[in-house]
Amino acid sequence: MAATDVEIARLPASVELKRPARSLWSDAWHQFRRHRLAMAGLFTFVTLVVFVLVGPLVYHTRIDNIDFTMSLKGPSPEHLFGTDDLGRDMLARAILGGRVSIAVGITSVLLAITLGLTIGALAGYFVKLDSPLMRLTDLFLSLPILPLLLVIVYLFRDSLRAAFGPELGIFLMIVGVIGILNWMPVARLVRASFLSLKQKEFVEAARAVGDPDSRIIMKHIIPNVLSPVLVAATIGGAILTESTLSFLGLGFPSDTPTWGRLLYDAKDYIDIAPHWAFFPGFLIFLTVLSINYVGDGLRDALDPRKTS
Amino acid sequence: MGRYVLRRLLIAIPTLIVISFVVYAILALAPTDPLASFGADPRVPPEVRERIRESLGLNEQWHVRYVKWVIAIAHLDFGYSFMSRSPVMDLIWQRLPNTLAVVGVAYVIGVLLAVPIGMISAVKRYSVFDHFSTTFAFIGFSVPTFFTGLLLIIIFSVKLHWLPFIYDSTLKITSLSTLGDQIRQSIMPITVLALFDTATIARYTRAEMLEHLPLDYVRTARAKGLKERLVVLRHVLRNSLIPVVTLVALGIPAVFGGAIVTEQIFRVPGIGELLVRSIGQGDTPVVAAILLIFATLVVLFNLLADVLYGVLDPRIRYS
Repeated sequence: MAATDVEIARLPASVELKRPARSLWSDAWHQFRRHRLAMAGLFTFVTLVVFVLVGPLVYHTRIDNIDFTMSLKGPSPEHLFGTDDLGRDMLARAILGGRVSIAVGITSVLLAITLGLTIGALAGYFVKLDSPLMRLTDLFLSLPILPLLLVIVYLFRDSLRAAFGPELGIFLMIVGVIGILNWMPVARLVRASFLSLKQKEFVEAARAVGDPDSRIIMKHIIPNVLSPVLVAATIGGAILTESTLSFLGLGFPSDTPTWGRLLYDAKDYIDIAPHWAFFPGFLIFLTVLSINYVGDGLRDALDPRKTS
Repeated sequence: MGRYVLRRLLIAIPTLIVISFVVYAILALAPTDPLASFGADPRVPPEVRERIRESLGLNEQWHVRYVKWVIAIAHLDFGYSFMSRSPVMDLIWQRLPNTLAVVGVAYVIGVLLAVPIGMISAVKRYSVFDHFSTTFAFIGFSVPTFFTGLLLIIIFSVKLHWLPFIYDSTLKITSLSTLGDQIRQSIMPITVLALFDTATIARYTRAEMLEHLPLDYVRTARAKGLKERLVVLRHVLRNSLIPVVTLVALGIPAVFGGAIVTEQIFRVPGIGELLVRSIGQGDTPVVAAILLIFATLVVLFNLLADVLYGVLDPRIRYS
């Protein structure tokens, strides 16, 4: 008898062990892992980030080692990505360029999301602010972004360089400009979610227990609004924009390599040194493609209609 | 309907005014001097420079200058280019045909390819075709246009010598062989742009079709015995195309922006190339004019998209 008692006492525990609690995120991760291309994208992106972060610690070739005897050589065991017109090692330049490109992408997206979240939240929560803020959003959406970006960068480059130094100045400007011209879609989405969420019971409950507006917005609504899909979608776009600017010769100065800048320098030599243009271009493509696939996987994983 | 269009028009006007102000403010705040090219010349004495400033109206208050500028633009007078001394409008009219021949054709091709691709991959979801077109679409909008352009040049011009990599705008189409030349030199820039446009629009069409396919009206159409072809083409496609049409209209101004890069790679002397060149030379009147034209296009096509949406979907108009 004693033995059965023990068995019965054990039973519920063992049943519980078989099926652990599932949260939204473990569900999403479960779903995400089944999306093979998204997993491949995540793997590629992480590899690229490790490549640019750890690269300089392992690979010691200097980016500004000028050697004219090695000028415009294709890939070789000594220089895996080949060399440019001054004989500088392209692998080292591509690693450093990736640091700048990915840093610009992530920072400018943080800025765009912060701006978009603030404006969207204010417009969605406070009825009085809705109409003026949405007018402002529509106005920004009507601006021709790329041409305007080109003009701003060209006109204000020198004064920023004087104020913050050549690298930080340009970095701040490019991040700032991309952020300021890309927050509008975020603001629109956030506003739409706020409009529907603020009618929900849990918000009403929070108000009933006396939470101030700031706490309702920050603690109750925003966690429901933020979607990683949004982040993924905008990072790819920001990296593309930076490389486009650099490619048009209006990004970073030539002593700061970024993937776009390397392509810009390479484009006049594509007939004799195609490898020079290929590697940075391929890295941009790989980064953006992997981010887009991760975004696609996240969209599927977080869509409650698809969870099985 | 008339009142709806009128209301949308009335919203567009203040938007344009504010945009003109933003463009003006950016150019006016910039720490560049329109007389910089004179400044470097020591033969121009300061009094003369002052008189030139006076005659150009540069010493007046900024708001006076802004109002004068807007009034001139309202008469389609964009002033004269600092560099070529010819009217800005003439420069733009010279460049416009080149841009339209490349960008316009690419967009039309993109739309014509994208709608069937999106439709088929939605109807045959998860088929080989769908996987192929999805991968193609992802590559299409992940690869930067400048990289596709350079890649095509490396393959088809440098290695294979099939296509010329510089666009010759002086080419006049007089015979079959010059027509062939025109086609040959347009293939690469058009492919680059069309790849991007097709990818975006096909993806969107597919998503819209997938939203509509499981709906009740589709089941009704099937239940009354319509052929599957008719169900898809008459019912699903028509309804799914409503948002696609507006996306196509909204995309037109962005296409002009994207053309900046493509025109730069293939040296097409179009509007985008003119903009980049004028920015580099500090040619403010040309820059201002192109920015304003782009902004007007955006506002105009936003308006068009809204009106089209209203025409195609009567539910929108009354809300």
